[in-house]
Amino acid sequence: MVLWQLFHTFFLLGFVSFGGGYAMIPLIETAATKYGWMSTEQLTNMVAIAGMSPGPIAANSAILVGYSAAGISGAVTSAVAILLPSIILVSVVASFFIKLHHHSVVESMFYGLKPLVTSLIIFAAIKFAQANNLAVFDFSFHSISLLLIFGLSLFALIKLRWNPVYVIILSGLVGIALYS
Amino acid sequence: MNGEWTKLLQLFWTFFKISPVTFGGGFAMIPLIEREIVEKRKWLDSEDVTEVFALSQSVPGAVGINSASFIGHRVGGVKGALAAMLGVSLPTFFIVLALGISYFFIHGNPKLEAAFVSIRVTIIAIIVYAAIQTARTAIFDKTTFLIMLAGVVVLFFIHPLLAILLGAVTGMISVFLKRKLGYEVQLKHDKAKDPANNPDYFMGAGI
Repeated sequence: MVLWQLFHTFFLLGFVSFGGGYAMIPLIETAATKYGWMSTEQLTNMVAIAGMSPGPIAANSAILVGYSAAGISGAVTSAVAILLPSIILVSVVASFFIKLHHHSVVESMFYGLKPLVTSLIIFAAIKFAQANNLAVFDFSFHSISLLLIFGLSLFALIKLRWNPVYVIILSGLVGIALYS
Repeated sequence: MNGEWTKLLQLFWTFFKISPVTFGGGFAMIPLIEREIVEKRKWLDSEDVTEVFALSQSVPGAVGINSASFIGHRVGGVKGALAAMLGVSLPTFFIVLALGISYFFIHGNPKLEAAFVSIRVTIIAIIVYAAIQTARTAIFDKTTFLIMLAGVVVLFFIHPLLAILLGAVTGMISVFLKRKLGYEVQLKHDKAKDPANNPDYFMGAGI
Protein backbone atom coordinates (compact mmCIF):
# COMPACT_ATOMS: atom_id res chain seq x y z
CA MET A 1 0.00 0.00 0.00
CA VAL A 2 2.76 2.44 0.99
CA LEU A 3 4.82 1.20 -1.96
CA TRP A 4 1.95 1.95 -4.34
CA GLN A 5 1.51 5.45 -2.83
CA LEU A 6 5.22 6.08 -3.28
CA PHE A 7 5.18 4.70 -6.81
CA HIS A 8 2.29 6.73 -8.14
CA THR A 9 3.40 9.93 -6.38
CA PHE A 10 6.91 9.86 -7.81
CA PHE A 11 5.85 8.44 -11.18
CA LEU A 12 3.50 11.42 -11.68
CA LEU A 13 6.14 13.80 -10.36
CA GLY A 14 8.59 12.45 -12.92
CA PHE A 15 6.36 13.68 -15.74
CA VAL A 16 6.15 17.27 -14.48
CA SER A 17 9.61 17.62 -12.99
CA PHE A 18 10.62 20.86 -14.69
CA GLY A 19 13.21 23.33 -13.55
CA GLY A 20 15.27 21.50 -11.00
CA GLY A 21 14.60 19.60 -7.84
CA TYR A 22 13.55 22.37 -5.49
CA ALA A 23 10.46 23.09 -7.59
CA MET A 24 9.26 19.57 -6.82
CA ILE A 25 9.21 20.06 -3.03
CA PRO A 26 5.58 21.27 -2.92
CA LEU A 27 4.46 18.07 -4.69
CA ILE A 28 6.46 15.83 -2.35
CA GLU A 29 5.24 17.82 0.67
CA THR A 30 1.59 17.51 -0.39
CA ALA A 31 1.93 13.71 -0.75
CA ALA A 32 4.00 13.28 2.44
CA THR A 33 1.39 15.13 4.49
CA LYS A 34 -1.55 13.39 2.79
CA TYR A 35 -0.19 9.86 3.29
CA GLY A 36 1.46 10.58 6.64
CA TRP A 37 4.98 9.63 5.47
CA MET A 38 6.60 12.44 7.45
CA SER A 39 6.17 15.98 8.77
CA THR A 40 7.28 19.01 6.77
CA GLU A 41 10.10 19.54 9.28
CA GLN A 42 11.34 15.97 8.69
CA LEU A 43 11.04 16.54 4.95
CA THR A 44 13.36 19.56 5.33
CA ASN A 45 15.96 17.16 6.80
CA MET A 46 15.53 14.81 3.83
CA VAL A 47 15.97 17.66 1.34
CA ALA A 48 19.11 18.70 3.26
CA ILE A 49 20.58 15.20 2.96
CA ALA A 50 19.55 15.14 -0.72
CA GLY A 51 21.45 18.40 -1.20
CA MET A 52 24.56 17.00 0.45
CA SER A 53 24.73 14.04 -1.95
CA PRO A 54 25.67 14.05 -5.61
CA GLY A 55 22.78 13.43 -7.98
CA PRO A 56 19.52 15.23 -8.70
CA ILE A 57 17.77 16.80 -5.69
CA ALA A 58 14.31 15.50 -6.68
CA ALA A 59 15.46 11.90 -7.19
CA ASN A 60 17.58 11.98 -4.03
CA SER A 61 14.66 13.35 -2.03
CA ALA A 62 12.37 10.68 -3.48
CA ILE A 63 14.83 7.94 -2.48
CA LEU A 64 15.11 9.30 1.07
CA VAL A 65 11.37 9.77 1.50
CA GLY A 66 10.86 6.24 0.15
CA TYR A 67 13.44 4.82 2.54
CA SER A 68 11.93 6.66 5.49
CA ALA A 69 8.39 5.49 4.63
CA ALA A 70 9.09 1.85 3.70
CA GLY A 71 12.78 0.93 4.05
CA ILE A 72 15.01 -0.28 1.21
CA SER A 73 12.05 -1.45 -0.90
CA GLY A 74 10.55 2.03 -0.54
CA ALA A 75 13.81 3.62 -1.69
CA VAL A 76 14.01 1.33 -4.74
CA THR A 77 10.32 1.86 -5.60
CA SER A 78 10.65 5.66 -5.42
CA ALA A 79 13.84 5.66 -7.50
CA VAL A 80 12.30 3.48 -10.22
CA ALA A 81 9.10 5.56 -10.18
CA ILE A 82 10.87 8.88 -10.66
CA LEU A 83 13.29 7.53 -13.31
CA LEU A 84 10.72 5.73 -15.50
CA PRO A 85 9.13 8.93 -16.88
CA SER A 86 12.58 10.25 -17.86
CA ILE A 87 13.41 7.14 -19.88
CA ILE A 88 9.94 7.08 -21.48
CA LEU A 89 9.98 10.79 -22.41
CA VAL A 90 13.58 10.79 -23.60
CA SER A 91 12.97 7.75 -25.81
CA VAL A 92 9.84 9.32 -27.32
CA VAL A 93 11.46 12.71 -27.86
CA ALA A 94 14.67 11.21 -29.22
CA SER A 95 12.71 9.06 -31.67
CA PHE A 96 10.23 11.64 -32.93
CA PHE A 97 10.89 15.32 -32.33
CA ILE A 98 14.59 15.91 -32.44
CA LYS A 99 14.41 19.71 -32.27
CA LEU A 100 11.91 19.94 -29.42
CA HIS A 101 13.39 23.07 -27.85
CA HIS A 102 13.10 24.98 -31.14
CA HIS A 103 9.42 24.15 -31.39
CA SER A 104 7.26 27.25 -30.92
CA VAL A 105 4.46 25.46 -29.01
CA VAL A 106 7.01 24.11 -26.58
CA GLU A 107 8.59 27.56 -26.28
CA SER A 108 5.26 29.22 -25.50
CA MET A 109 4.53 26.50 -22.95
CA PHE A 110 7.82 27.26 -21.22
CA TYR A 111 6.95 30.97 -21.27
CA GLY A 112 4.34 30.14 -18.59
CA LEU A 113 6.04 27.12 -17.09
CA LYS A 114 9.28 28.83 -16.07
CA PRO A 115 7.61 31.55 -13.97
CA LEU A 116 5.46 28.86 -12.37
CA VAL A 117 8.56 26.85 -11.53
CA THR A 118 9.80 29.99 -9.78
CA SER A 119 6.47 30.14 -7.85
CA LEU A 120 6.90 26.50 -6.83
CA ILE A 121 10.38 27.19 -5.45
CA ILE A 122 9.19 30.32 -3.58
CA PHE A 123 6.24 28.31 -2.21
CA ALA A 124 8.64 25.57 -1.06
CA ALA A 125 10.69 28.19 0.81
CA ILE A 126 7.54 29.60 2.46
CA LYS A 127 6.34 26.12 3.51
CA PHE A 128 9.71 25.17 4.95
CA ALA A 129 10.05 28.53 6.74
CA GLN A 130 6.64 27.96 8.35
CA ALA A 131 7.52 24.41 9.40
CA ASN A 132 10.90 25.41 10.87
CA ASN A 133 9.93 28.45 12.95
CA LEU A 134 11.61 30.90 10.62
CA ALA A 135 8.33 32.63 9.77
CA VAL A 136 7.47 33.73 13.33
CA PHE A 137 9.96 36.07 14.88
CA ASP A 138 10.27 36.85 18.58
CA PHE A 139 13.27 38.35 20.31
CA SER A 140 14.51 35.07 21.78
CA PHE A 141 18.07 33.81 21.27
CA HIS A 142 16.71 30.94 19.17
CA SER A 143 14.77 33.18 16.82
CA ILE A 144 17.58 35.71 16.37
CA SER A 145 20.23 33.02 15.80
CA LEU A 146 18.08 31.25 13.19
CA LEU A 147 17.56 34.51 11.32
CA LEU A 148 21.32 35.16 11.43
CA ILE A 149 22.11 31.68 10.08
CA PHE A 150 19.59 32.26 7.30
CA GLY A 151 21.13 35.63 6.39
CA LEU A 152 24.71 34.39 6.52
CA SER A 153 23.87 31.29 4.44
CA LEU A 154 22.26 33.48 1.79
CA PHE A 155 25.28 35.81 1.87
CA ALA A 156 27.69 32.87 1.44
CA LEU A 157 25.67 31.61 -1.54
CA ILE A 158 24.99 34.89 -3.35
CA LYS A 159 28.00 37.06 -2.55
CA LEU A 160 30.76 34.58 -1.73
CA ARG A 161 29.47 32.04 -4.28
CA TRP A 162 30.20 29.10 -2.04
CA ASN A 163 29.20 25.63 -3.07
CA PRO A 164 25.89 24.81 -1.30
CA VAL A 165 27.39 21.57 0.01
CA TYR A 166 30.03 23.50 1.98
CA VAL A 167 27.43 25.94 3.28
CA ILE A 168 25.35 23.01 4.59
CA ILE A 169 28.35 21.38 6.29
CA LEU A 170 29.51 24.63 7.92
CA SER A 171 25.95 25.37 9.03
CA GLY A 172 25.79 21.92 10.68
CA LEU A 173 28.93 22.70 12.69
CA VAL A 174 27.46 26.08 13.72
CA GLY A 175 24.32 24.23 14.81
CA ILE A 176 26.30 21.83 16.99
CA ALA A 177 28.15 24.77 18.60
CA LEU A 178 24.98 26.79 19.23
CA TYR A 179 22.23 24.32 20.04
CA SER A 180 23.71 21.21 21.67
CA MET B 1 30.04 -11.25 -25.80
CA ASN B 2 28.62 -9.61 -28.93
CA GLY B 3 29.09 -6.01 -30.02
CA GLU B 4 25.77 -4.68 -28.75
CA TRP B 5 26.35 -5.89 -25.22
CA THR B 6 29.87 -4.49 -25.22
CA LYS B 7 28.51 -1.10 -26.21
CA LEU B 8 25.77 -1.20 -23.56
CA LEU B 9 28.30 -2.14 -20.93
CA GLN B 10 30.61 0.68 -22.05
CA LEU B 11 27.71 3.15 -21.85
CA PHE B 12 26.80 1.94 -18.39
CA TRP B 13 30.39 2.10 -17.12
CA THR B 14 31.17 5.52 -18.65
CA PHE B 15 28.20 7.14 -16.91
CA PHE B 16 28.80 5.15 -13.73
CA LYS B 17 32.20 6.85 -13.47
CA ILE B 18 30.85 10.34 -14.29
CA SER B 19 27.86 10.15 -11.94
CA PRO B 20 29.42 10.94 -8.53
CA VAL B 21 30.56 14.39 -9.73
CA THR B 22 26.99 15.58 -10.24
CA PHE B 23 27.01 17.62 -7.07
CA GLY B 24 24.56 20.46 -7.36
CA GLY B 25 23.38 19.60 -10.83
CA GLY B 26 23.73 17.71 -14.03
CA PHE B 27 25.58 20.55 -15.77
CA ALA B 28 28.65 19.63 -13.73
CA MET B 29 28.84 16.53 -15.95
CA ILE B 30 29.53 18.47 -19.14
CA PRO B 31 33.35 18.66 -18.93
CA LEU B 32 33.55 14.95 -18.15
CA ILE B 33 31.14 14.06 -20.93
CA GLU B 34 33.32 16.05 -23.32
CA ARG B 35 36.33 14.02 -22.25
CA GLU B 36 34.80 10.55 -21.97
CA ILE B 37 32.12 10.58 -24.68
CA VAL B 38 33.49 13.02 -27.23
CA GLU B 39 37.27 12.62 -27.00
CA LYS B 40 37.75 9.09 -25.74
CA ARG B 41 34.82 7.09 -27.15
CA LYS B 42 34.02 9.44 -30.08
CA TRP B 43 30.32 8.60 -29.78
CA LEU B 44 29.28 12.24 -30.33
CA ASP B 45 30.90 15.54 -31.26
CA SER B 46 30.93 18.68 -29.07
CA GLU B 47 28.03 20.22 -30.95
CA ASP B 48 25.86 17.19 -30.23
CA VAL B 49 26.62 17.54 -26.51
CA THR B 50 25.37 21.15 -26.54
CA GLU B 51 22.25 20.01 -28.39
CA VAL B 52 21.67 17.15 -25.93
CA PHE B 53 21.87 19.49 -22.93
CA ALA B 54 19.50 22.01 -24.52
CA LEU B 55 17.05 19.20 -25.24
CA SER B 56 17.45 17.70 -21.75
CA GLN B 57 16.18 20.91 -20.23
CA SER B 58 12.96 20.87 -22.20
CA VAL B 59 12.08 17.36 -21.06
CA PRO B 60 10.86 16.88 -17.47
CA GLY B 61 13.35 15.26 -15.15
CA ALA B 62 16.87 15.93 -13.96
CA VAL B 63 19.25 17.30 -16.58
CA GLY B 64 21.95 14.79 -15.59
CA ILE B 65 19.65 11.80 -16.03
CA ASN B 66 18.02 13.12 -19.20
CA SER B 67 21.29 13.96 -20.91
CA ALA B 68 22.75 10.55 -20.07
CA SER B 69 19.60 8.91 -21.47
CA PHE B 70 19.72 11.04 -24.64
CA ILE B 71 23.35 10.17 -25.25
CA GLY B 72 22.62 6.51 -24.55
CA HIS B 73 19.72 6.66 -26.99
CA ARG B 74 21.91 8.16 -29.72
CA VAL B 75 24.50 5.43 -29.22
CA GLY B 76 22.32 2.39 -28.65
CA GLY B 77 18.59 3.12 -28.93
CA VAL B 78 16.20 2.50 -26.03
CA LYS B 79 18.51 -0.17 -24.58
CA GLY B 80 21.37 2.31 -24.73
CA ALA B 81 19.26 4.95 -22.98
CA LEU B 82 18.43 2.45 -20.25
CA ALA B 83 22.09 1.43 -19.81
CA ALA B 84 23.28 5.05 -19.57
CA MET B 85 20.48 5.98 -17.18
CA LEU B 86 21.25 3.05 -14.89
CA GLY B 87 24.92 3.95 -15.01
CA VAL B 88 24.33 7.56 -14.05
CA SER B 89 21.74 6.74 -11.37
CA LEU B 90 23.19 3.77 -9.48
CA PRO B 91 26.20 5.45 -7.81
CA THR B 92 24.19 8.42 -6.55
CA PHE B 93 21.39 6.05 -5.45
CA PHE B 94 23.81 4.16 -3.21
CA ILE B 95 25.50 7.33 -1.91
CA VAL B 96 22.24 9.02 -0.94
CA LEU B 97 20.85 5.79 0.51
CA ALA B 98 24.01 5.31 2.62
CA LEU B 99 23.72 8.87 3.91
CA GLY B 100 20.02 8.34 4.65
CA ILE B 101 20.65 5.08 6.49
CA SER B 102 23.40 6.71 8.58
CA TYR B 103 21.07 9.60 9.36
CA PHE B 104 18.32 7.31 10.61
CA PHE B 105 20.89 5.24 12.51
CA ILE B 106 22.11 8.19 14.58
CA HIS B 107 18.71 9.91 14.56
CA GLY B 108 17.90 11.25 18.02
CA ASN B 109 21.51 12.01 18.87
CA PRO B 110 21.50 15.52 20.44
CA LYS B 111 24.48 16.71 18.38
CA LEU B 112 22.90 15.58 15.11
CA GLU B 113 19.58 17.18 16.06
CA ALA B 114 21.42 20.43 16.90
CA ALA B 115 23.24 20.35 13.57
CA PHE B 116 19.96 19.91 11.72
CA VAL B 117 18.29 22.88 13.47
CA SER B 118 20.84 25.05 11.68
CA ILE B 119 20.98 22.98 8.47
CA ARG B 120 17.21 23.25 7.97
CA VAL B 121 17.48 27.04 7.97
CA THR B 122 20.39 26.87 5.52
CA ILE B 123 18.30 24.68 3.22
CA ILE B 124 15.64 27.40 3.19
CA ALA B 125 18.38 29.88 2.20
CA ILE B 126 19.51 27.52 -0.59
CA ILE B 127 15.91 27.28 -1.84
CA VAL B 128 15.57 31.09 -1.80
CA TYR B 129 18.85 31.27 -3.74
CA ALA B 130 17.50 28.72 -6.24
CA ALA B 131 14.36 30.85 -6.62
CA ILE B 132 16.48 33.95 -7.36
CA GLN B 133 18.58 32.06 -9.91
CA THR B 134 15.53 30.60 -11.62
CA ALA B 135 13.76 33.97 -11.65
CA ARG B 136 16.71 35.52 -13.47
CA THR B 137 15.94 33.54 -16.61
CA ALA B 138 12.20 32.98 -16.08
CA ILE B 139 10.99 36.51 -15.26
CA PHE B 140 11.67 39.10 -17.96
CA ASP B 141 8.39 40.90 -18.69
CA LYS B 142 5.09 41.84 -17.01
CA THR B 143 3.32 38.62 -18.00
CA THR B 144 5.98 36.28 -16.61
CA PHE B 145 6.10 38.36 -13.41
CA LEU B 146 2.32 38.14 -13.02
CA ILE B 147 2.30 34.38 -13.65
CA MET B 148 4.93 33.95 -10.94
CA LEU B 149 3.02 36.11 -8.47
CA ALA B 150 -0.33 34.45 -9.20
CA GLY B 151 1.39 31.06 -9.01
CA VAL B 152 2.55 31.60 -5.42
CA VAL B 153 -0.94 32.68 -4.32
CA VAL B 154 -2.69 29.88 -6.19
CA LEU B 155 -0.39 27.23 -4.69
CA PHE B 156 -1.89 27.86 -1.25
CA PHE B 157 -5.22 26.62 -2.61
CA ILE B 158 -4.69 24.04 -5.34
CA HIS B 159 -2.61 20.91 -5.89
CA PRO B 160 0.88 21.70 -7.26
CA LEU B 161 0.28 19.29 -10.15
CA LEU B 162 -2.72 21.34 -11.29
CA ALA B 163 -0.70 24.56 -10.87
CA ILE B 164 2.02 23.22 -13.18
CA LEU B 165 -0.55 22.35 -15.87
CA LEU B 166 -2.20 25.77 -15.46
CA GLY B 167 1.20 27.44 -15.83
CA ALA B 168 1.89 25.68 -19.12
CA VAL B 169 -1.61 26.45 -20.46
CA THR B 170 -1.38 30.10 -19.33
CA GLY B 171 1.93 30.39 -21.17
CA MET B 172 0.45 29.07 -24.41
CA ILE B 173 -2.72 31.19 -24.14
CA SER B 174 -0.85 34.42 -23.37
CA VAL B 175 1.59 33.93 -26.24
CA PHE B 176 -1.35 33.17 -28.56
CA LEU B 177 -3.32 36.25 -27.37
CA LYS B 178 -0.32 38.56 -27.59
CA ARG B 179 0.34 37.44 -31.16
CA LYS B 180 -3.37 37.89 -32.03
CA LEU B 181 -3.29 41.40 -30.63
CA GLY B 182 -0.26 42.18 -32.71
CA TYR B 183 2.33 42.36 -29.97
CA GLU B 184 5.76 41.07 -30.63
CA VAL B 185 6.42 38.29 -28.17
CA GLN B 186 9.83 37.61 -26.89
CA LEU B 187 9.86 34.09 -25.54
CA LYS B 188 13.21 34.16 -23.82
CA HIS B 189 15.28 36.44 -21.69
CA ASP B 190 17.70 38.18 -24.08
CA LYS B 191 20.42 38.08 -21.50
CA ALA B 192 19.71 34.46 -20.63
CA LYS B 193 22.98 32.68 -20.90
CA ASP B 194 23.32 29.10 -21.87
CA PRO B 195 23.40 27.39 -18.47
CA ALA B 196 25.95 24.98 -19.87
CA ASN B 197 28.44 27.86 -19.96
CA ASN B 198 27.26 29.52 -16.80
CA PRO B 199 28.45 27.75 -13.66
CA ASP B 200 26.31 30.09 -11.56
CA TYR B 201 23.16 28.64 -12.97
CA PHE B 202 23.69 25.03 -12.05
CA MET B 203 24.89 25.81 -8.55
CA GLY B 204 21.61 27.57 -7.86
CA ALA B 205 19.23 25.57 -9.93
CA GLY B 206 19.91 22.42 -7.97
CA ILE B 207 18.90 20.09 -10.72
